Amino acid sequence: MTDQQNNRILSEDVVIRISEMHKWYGDFHVLKNINLEVHKGERIVVCGPSGSGKSTMIRCINRLEEHQKGQIIINNTELTSDVKNIEEVRREVGMVFQHFNLFPHLTILDNLTLAPIWVRKIPKAEAEATAMHYLERVKIPEQALKYPGQLSGGQQQRVAIARSLCMKPKVMLFDEPTSALDPEMISEVLDTMISLAEDGMTMVCVTHEMGFARKVADRVIFMDAGEIIEENVPEEFFHNPQNERTKLFLSQILDH
Amino acid sequence: MNSQNYAPGSHPNLPPPKNLVGPIAWVRENLFSGVYSTILTLFAIYMLSVIIPPLLSWFVLDATFLGNTPDACVGNDGACWVFVTVWYEQLMYGQFPPEQIWRVNFAYFLALAAAAPLFLNSISTKIKTALTVFLLVFYPVVCFYLFYGGSFGLEIVETPLWGGLFLTLVIAVTGIVASFPIGVVLALGRRSKMPTIKTICIVYIEFWRGIPLITVLFMSSVMFPLFVPEGLSPDKLVRALVGVALFSSAYMAEVVRGGLQAIPKGQYEAADALGLSYWKSMIFVILPQALKMVIPGIVNTFIGLFKDTTLVLIIGLFDLLGTAQKASTNPDWIAYNIEGYVIAAFGFFVFCFSMSRYSQRLERKLNTEHR
Repeated sequence: MTDQQNNRILSEDVVIRISEMHKWYGDFHVLKNINLEVHKGERIVVCGPSGSGKSTMIRCINRLEEHQKGQIIINNTELTSDVKNIEEVRREVGMVFQHFNLFPHLTILDNLTLAPIWVRKIPKAEAEATAMHYLERVKIPEQALKYPGQLSGGQQQRVAIARSLCMKPKVMLFDEPTSALDPEMISEVLDTMISLAEDGMTMVCVTHEMGFARKVADRVIFMDAGEIIEENVPEEFFHNPQNERTKLFLSQILDH
Repeated sequence: MNSQNYAPGSHPNLPPPKNLVGPIAWVRENLFSGVYSTILTLFAIYMLSVIIPPLLSWFVLDATFLGNTPDACVGNDGACWVFVTVWYEQLMYGQFPPEQIWRVNFAYFLALAAAAPLFLNSISTKIKTALTVFLLVFYPVVCFYLFYGGSFGLEIVETPLWGGLFLTLVIAVTGIVASFPIGVVLALGRRSKMPTIKTICIVYIEFWRGIPLITVLFMSSVMFPLFVPEGLSPDKLVRALVGVALFSSAYMAEVVRGGLQAIPKGQYEAADALGLSYWKSMIFVILPQALKMVIPGIVNTFIGLFKDTTLVLIIGLFDLLGTAQKASTNPDWIAYNIEGYVIAAFGFFVFCFSMSRYSQRLERKLNTEHR
């Protein structure tokens, strides 16, 4: 899997390449020597204890956080302080947040069409058609003219997923998408994510939903204290963890 | 006592008990709900009975409404509303030539005609946008030619002749319309990550907030001409308008900044993550929410600005209050100096209260949180 030749062949369809990336908050070294390659169509699940830097890492992928050392290349565009590059990367990378972050002053439909119209310059009618398509996909087309405040948490998160999809991204990042939801709403969001994965979307998910990881992940990445500790296919990761910290983490979250 | 007879899940909605609704219940609950409440209610009724009759007799019962000279009011204890009849034109238009007053009235009419459809729900958004653009872009130009003249066959009316409510409105509306966008830009600038822009905005805001408006007006009218060659110095009114706009934009900036800071970080991040550029995310995502949040503060600033226009008196411009004061000190009217202030107060109240009501309407209309 990691041998040099294989990598070179696959590099054509590498969507995300992070190499020797470091990040500090002041003196605090939050991310240490992160190396990660995500290929087209791959589904990666990132897990780890809180404070391990997993959210920070995926927020670096679309430059919501700045890295100070190393290299992040998305779709052949390197993330630097160049605003042009940043905007180019953000156009191609969708993100779903823990707290949905829908725009409360806009209707669901306007939430979905805002970026396609103003960033992608798509005509309004076409953007609305796309929006309705994705709302149907997440099974809430009837809510199109409501405001986010009128929807349940699960519905809002599905709208947030649809909003990202409307930009036709090459990669989707999920930052703990189910952590802020009431328990009975988690499955509707996970179902949406699973169907997205089945359609071949490239995904990087920070999540504690190990069932989801087992079901769809191609690789599971375990992070602790700002480092990638272990990386494996789900089967191996869950049944045969190598590192002590991974074992401890898994015993803590799976024993209930 | 048959409430226990319903099967679970089949309990019907019952009307509330009789003593919970109706006017008597309202009075009992709100005016006489306890010993203290009853004492306060009775005290309030007593106070009203003391205050209202003298006011009523001064304003209406003993007042003089008819006549053309102060003599008509001699012998009456109440208000001399003849004051308003006699000074009406001056209070409304200052020294504006009487045969040219139609120009001001026409501008009022245009504003009302263009603004009224904005309040109707049945009008389409396209027409509303067109009217708003007209009001903000073309209307000021039209007004300039109407008020000042100099072309289209209209004779020039120099600004020292402008006065009364008309002048108040010119200064206040110009100040409001100009200070709002400047304030928004300053607020964004003060939160900018670029140190130069940030510093410029901070210095600007702190400078204008740190000095009294009277100083600004005085400097603009007395000191400014000393620094520029004669003939180049712009009109006194223009200088006052610029001074008022710059002054209130600093206040506006801080109000708007309050709104910007109250927007959750997630909104900025969501806009960024969608690839929206800085200006697009401000215009479509952040500012609509931030401005909505600070409507009370914005209107507060507008109302303050509206009333601060009275300070132009010190540079020799006669707005509504200035005209009323001037009229009251006229030797013939010296005995009736309260009326002028009452009228001026009434004029200001009408406009300030309207702004306040409008802002509440706007807040309700824009509220998308819990509909």
